[in-house]
Amino acid sequence: MSRDKTNQKSIRSMIQENKSSRSQSAVMEKVVPKIFLICAIISIFTTIGIVFTLLTETFTFFNRISIVEFFTNTRWFPFTSDENADFGIIALIMGTLTVTAIAMVVAIPIGLAAAIYLSEYASAKTRKIIKPILEVLAGIPTIVYGFFALTFVTPLLDKIIPGGISIFNALSPGIVVGIMIIPMIASLSEDAMNAVPNSMREGALALGATRFEVAMKVVLPAALSGVIASFVLGISRAIGETMIVTIAGGSRPTADINVTESIQTMTAYIVQVSQGDTGYGTTIYYSIYAVGMTLFVFTLIMNLLAQFISRKFREEY
Amino acid sequence: MDITINKQIVPKNEKEQDFTPVFKINNLNLWYGQDHALKDIKFDIPEKQVTAIIGPSGCGKSTFIKTLNRMVEMVPIVRMSGEIVYRDKNIFNAKYGVEELRTQVGMVFQKPNPFPKSIYENVAYGPRIHGIKNKKVLDEVVEKSLRGAAIWDEVKDRLNENAYGLSGGQQQRLCIARCLAIEPDVILMDEPTSALDPISTLKVEELVQELKKDYSIVIVTHNMQQAARISDRTAFFLNGEVVEYTDTSTLFSNPSDKRTEDYITGRFG
Repeated sequence: MSRDKTNQKSIRSMIQENKSSRSQSAVMEKVVPKIFLICAIISIFTTIGIVFTLLTETFTFFNRISIVEFFTNTRWFPFTSDENADFGIIALIMGTLTVTAIAMVVAIPIGLAAAIYLSEYASAKTRKIIKPILEVLAGIPTIVYGFFALTFVTPLLDKIIPGGISIFNALSPGIVVGIMIIPMIASLSEDAMNAVPNSMREGALALGATRFEVAMKVVLPAALSGVIASFVLGISRAIGETMIVTIAGGSRPTADINVTESIQTMTAYIVQVSQGDTGYGTTIYYSIYAVGMTLFVFTLIMNLLAQFISRKFREEY
Repeated sequence: MDITINKQIVPKNEKEQDFTPVFKINNLNLWYGQDHALKDIKFDIPEKQVTAIIGPSGCGKSTFIKTLNRMVEMVPIVRMSGEIVYRDKNIFNAKYGVEELRTQVGMVFQKPNPFPKSIYENVAYGPRIHGIKNKKVLDEVVEKSLRGAAIWDEVKDRLNENAYGLSGGQQQRLCIARCLAIEPDVILMDEPTSALDPISTLKVEELVQELKKDYSIVIVTHNMQQAARISDRTAFFLNGEVVEYTDTSTLFSNPSDKRTEDYITGRFG
């Protein structure tokens, strides 16, 4: 009883006593935000540093090769004598876009269908099992996907496609990049659809709508901004994908679209040069910065587009 | 409200013959898991009248109204027994599609829940999913429904604006218009004014009076004055049972059960 009393009193007095020690933490209150600010600044400066390096080296490259030629020439043959070398990035861009397009043809329908299933049809139990599996799929290293493309998908395609397929081609890595992106699109789209309030589903069901009509005509339009943003982020990821296309795509840049033949993407070219014995200061050395810069602009535009779409297509509720 | 105090209590059975029932509920039981939420509910709901369901929180009144259009099945752990006969068909019959039932039995919810679309699209949604595509027909349905829900004059110049720009009371009347657009037979209202201010509440109540000329209305309300003002018959629910069900003036002036009297005089609930 008496103990209770002392306890009751002591809370107030303890708070009083602790005031002094809290004044020490007032120093922390002032210092900690500054540390956080420094961390934030570090990431900003790193970004600026990277962009600056890219820009200066790219500038050097464009002193040797004209920017007009870079963006209009359709041939990319850097590994010859300097006079004969061709630096037409269109060949690399076409490689990247081909792989990206195939990937999106695979990933968007499957990812979206999976998201609709998870959000509108699956029971809470099923969702609890499937979502973590999807996230594991998203955690597989891309080099594993690369070998999967080269040693499993390519031989399979070779059997299926009449006339066969080159050992290095655009189709196989395209499909596998698509498979890699499925969990990302499914997961982000599912989040967006899950965020649609249940009262809206009820409103439509009470009008005699079927679950499919609710999914397609109420939930999907309401979640459209998030769904499209997931597509754009998926595209961005496909453009930047490196390992899969390096391993299974080959190294023959071409502006012709033939998915059964070897191609080279922007990322795969950068790997090829970085791996090789190209000397510092050569045109080829500087070319990877120009290619990197182009890649950076591509993904930057995609990410900005994703942000823009999120805002623009938002159905407010 | 004029209350005619009728000392002579007419036996219940005789009274229930004097209307055409739209719903006949027979021995309805409902469980949420182990929780017995509705117990042996048995009464008839009249055509083209307003039937109010009153009772304290957790008495099963919302659960009951949601069984009438089977929305209660959205809860995965629900189990039911007994039957609800809607115009000679048992709604739990496997052959009777739930979408068909909900096309006949519309619902207005506690919180206004318009779709994040334009006012026009909200009302046109129901007719559209039921296959009506003709623009002229849709235009007419939208105007007729909005007029029917007494909101036409407020929104006629902004039909293409997002429904979420409307006030809460307007949103609720829009939801009523959305419900009217598929010309249902019955309208269920689950505490339709509980999220609204007094002026909007008044408008919805007046609207209910208008609508009962053409529709059978079942309204759940926690507001006894509202039940007394707008309904023709009232059912008092307590702990999942129907304690008393009779015409509204009798229930409020001369309740036959002690528990009803205690509730309507404010001794609990």
